[in-house]
Amino acid sequence: MYKKHSLEFMVGLFMLAGVIAFIVLALQVSGLTSYSSEPTYQITANFENVGDLKERAMVTVAGVNVGRVTDITLNPTTFAAVVTMSIENKYNNIPTDSTANIYTAGLLGANYISIVPGFDSAVLKNGGVIENTNQAMILQDLIGKFMFNTNKTQSATTK
Amino acid sequence: MPGNFVTIKGLKFRFNDRWIFDDVDLEIPKGKITAVMGPSGTGKTTLLRLIGGQLCPEGGTIDVDGDNIHNLSRKNLYRVRKKMGMLFQSGALFSNLNVFDNVAFPLREHTNLTEEMIRDLVLIKLEAVGLRGAAGLMTSELSGGMSRRVALARAIALDPQMIMYDEPLTGQDPITMGVLVQLIKMLNDNLGLTSIIVSHDVKEIASIADYVYLLSDGKVIAHDIPEALFHSDEPHAKQFMQGLPDGPVPFHYPSIDLEKELFSERKS
Amino acid sequence: MRKAIQNFGRIGVQFMEGFGRSGYVLFRSLFRKPDFKHGFTCLVEQIYNEGVLSLSIIVVSGLFIGMVLGLQGYNILEKFGTTEALGQLVALSVVRELGPVVAALLFAGRAGSALTAEIGLMKATDQLSMMEMMAVDPLQRIISPRLWAGFISLPILATIFSAVAIYGGYLVGVKWLGVDAGAFWSGMQSNVSFRIDILNGIIKSLFFGVAVTWVAVFQGYDCVPTAEGISRATTRSVVYASLVILGLDFILTAMMLGGW
Repeated sequence: MYKKHSLEFMVGLFMLAGVIAFIVLALQVSGLTSYSSEPTYQITANFENVGDLKERAMVTVAGVNVGRVTDITLNPTTFAAVVTMSIENKYNNIPTDSTANIYTAGLLGANYISIVPGFDSAVLKNGGVIENTNQAMILQDLIGKFMFNTNKTQSATTK
Repeated sequence: MPGNFVTIKGLKFRFNDRWIFDDVDLEIPKGKITAVMGPSGTGKTTLLRLIGGQLCPEGGTIDVDGDNIHNLSRKNLYRVRKKMGMLFQSGALFSNLNVFDNVAFPLREHTNLTEEMIRDLVLIKLEAVGLRGAAGLMTSELSGGMSRRVALARAIALDPQMIMYDEPLTGQDPITMGVLVQLIKMLNDNLGLTSIIVSHDVKEIASIADYVYLLSDGKVIAHDIPEALFHSDEPHAKQFMQGLPDGPVPFHYPSIDLEKELFSERKS
Repeated sequence: MRKAIQNFGRIGVQFMEGFGRSGYVLFRSLFRKPDFKHGFTCLVEQIYNEGVLSLSIIVVSGLFIGMVLGLQGYNILEKFGTTEALGQLVALSVVRELGPVVAALLFAGRAGSALTAEIGLMKATDQLSMMEMMAVDPLQRIISPRLWAGFISLPILATIFSAVAIYGGYLVGVKWLGVDAGAFWSGMQSNVSFRIDILNGIIKSLFFGVAVTWVAVFQGYDCVPTAEGISRATTRSVVYASLVILGLDFILTAMMLGGW
């Protein structure tokens, strides 16, 4: 009888380990936690071009993660990308004249949104809109511009 | 004569192209010990499996206690099988259980007895085969003779009406053989069992069997009470019962003529 | 030429025959009235044999695979100056592929071969026939709990494997090579999706669990009941199970990436 109980105990431990591993994967690895646990509020920003930005990308202020991108849609009339972000409630003092930028982590890393706070005393509320945005820097465009410019200067000097 | 427990009529069975049984008739009377003997490879074990319904014959019928065993649904087959106990050559004890649990296994499967009652029953059965003291051993710690006795205790656990013994004496020392022969006889008489013994240990089995069937080449070549068979003049029976090296069952494996083969070897 | 085609045909027929028989065994073992009296005890015992006893090899291999991934990944990413992406590299490769596949391969080697050998031995020593003669269906009593235990154990093992492997990557990447812990985890979290990556990985391991235990159990049940037959069946069990895992992995990955 003792043997049987210890067997069941081991199997119970085994299944418990499985559940713990699953929770670790869900919360720590896929970051499911930021979806649910912290209360958030929604703000939107319109970008000319979001580049490689994806849903669930980080939203940072001064490099600190304050929220996530929850939705990216296209405004059919202005052809601007509307990015919806959920910001954790404890960061409820972001000024309305802040600027939202799309940056790339490292040279090839994922895109994320960095909000540079403004100086207005009014703060963004749920449903608020960030007016000042800088579109994503597209590497190809940059390279294109660079090459175009060098060509022009070269042709100018030869003339 | 209380009638037959098993009746086999016109049994035909084959493995691939080889006929194991070709029109075999057998009758196993109730309450008696019937021995089925024959040279190795005559399908004696196959016969037991056919009676147990594990194999299906090509033709013929096998009646066990009034039921044609191969026409039964799975459920009814299992019902009939509960009337049979079987002792395999190796004992076939469940290697992950100890002696006690092995004997308790059929009780736990087929009855709703409480643990205490199962314990008592198991100890009684083990006592009957003289191994009550070995209840706590694992099956790997048993000698060949002991594991057969445990298997016997397990076979009688559900109080079957018939027990089939598959080569119970093969490879045992004389003492163990004596013990097993005694046990088989005792159980048969005390419990009113019907026993079928498949064996080729002629002398030992002949001492307890009430009736003997001799099988060879897929046929029943002789059947009689043991004493009569010992004095039979039928060549197969004579060779087998007296253990003669040559006779109808030849010493040589079939081959072409020796001289011819040696000669052809040299030529090539 | 004719003979070669004939041989090929025979192999095909034999394969289909084996497949049919194994399907029959699977069907008869799984789809039947559950036996509550013994079923649960048997299942627990088998989960112990297949799952708990495989745990040590799974944890150790997981740790090492994670550590190797961390080391290799770091050295490759360093060339591009994006060592922050190490977290997502380790997590994605483990959760999507290595976790389910390597855990299944180890499971086939540890538990699958043991299953085949055990059932083969039971067959060779007439234990299965004996059980049948006792009016107990071995498919239900022996095969069925082993199948279910395998189905349950492998996804758990694969999940544990993934978690441990990611921790191994963390140990090497963050503790040893000095990648920033915050970047490691946040990069991982923003790029690993719960549904697409983690759930799909677990779904994969479910399929592998069915495949491995099915192959192992059937090879044992169908083996030639001799010592040689058992050893052959055990080898076949591991080989077939590994091939099935890798083939199935390709199919499943294709289906999952195809937006299934």
